[in-house]
Amino acid sequence: MNRTNDNPRFVQRNDDLELEPELREAVGNFKASLDAWGEDAMSRPREIVAPARVNWSLVTKWALGCAVFMATVSSGIFENHRRQEMAKVEAARIAEQQRELVAQHAREEADLMAKVDSDIAREVPSALEPMASLMDENQGTGN
Amino acid sequence: MINATAEAIAAREFDSVVADHRAQIFRFLLASTRDVDLAETLTQDCLLKAHRNWANFRGESSVLTWLMRIAINLQKDHWRNRRLQFWRQTRTNSVDLDEASEWLPSGERTAEQRMLAKEQVAHVWAAVENLSERQRTVFLLRYVEELDLKQIAEATGMGEGTVKAHLSRALARVRKELGEKR
Repeated sequence: MNRTNDNPRFVQRNDDLELEPELREAVGNFKASLDAWGEDAMSRPREIVAPARVNWSLVTKWALGCAVFMATVSSGIFENHRRQEMAKVEAARIAEQQRELVAQHAREEADLMAKVDSDIAREVPSALEPMASLMDENQGTGN
Repeated sequence: MINATAEAIAAREFDSVVADHRAQIFRFLLASTRDVDLAETLTQDCLLKAHRNWANFRGESSVLTWLMRIAINLQKDHWRNRRLQFWRQTRTNSVDLDEASEWLPSGERTAEQRMLAKEQVAHVWAAVENLSERQRTVFLLRYVEELDLKQIAEATGMGEGTVKAHLSRALARVRKELGEKR
């Protein structure tokens, strides 16, 4: 027993596969067209076409182009990197020079201040001691 | 001596198979690819493969069904290889739908009838173009090669129910195309 034939959905599907007159005519013309084309194609002498091959000249050109491009880009990157390194070294050298200059100025200033301090710190002659005590009192009163 | 006789018989049998079915295989592949050169190449490959395996053919299905199955597999392999070999310079000789629709048998038709037939063929081509690969194969096997559902199922390796479903969808597309362009 064929179970599928008892299934109403299957019957419906089979009905779908039946062609109405217009569709049958269109499909018939399609088949006739293919028959005509096929017969014509088979009766014609066939041209021998060389099989498609890898185009090595195109591949070589692409490879060469890629190599040149990579070389250009990498040399540019290398040059840029080298310049950056040189700039860093130069900047470090200038900074060191400036630090040395500042340190030298600081040393000179310290020497000067030491000299001034030593000059100021000299002992007051004994004849001027009363005047010096007066100055100290004036400073204490705020005058 | 016995072997030689058997081989000669097999060769004669295969010659008759080629004579009987070559045009049909070619037409199916032509309809599937719209490329005369490709269809001829695949037909040759199909018959070569069939010849190599002729001794193993047990007759469980008809010869045509067996050949169609080989042709369908070769076609699938061709497109798969082509997708993978995207770097190759491939040329396609597929004709466009307008050119494919130009072919009509030279019968006793009026100019008006020929024009109408040409329009119908163009609409069917347009619908077939938009079908999925399976739907197209099933449609062509049923309505161009006139195989029955069982033969289509054997040729495609699908179940009969699946074949019916694909065929139903394909017909719906063709109906819609014919209805829209009317």
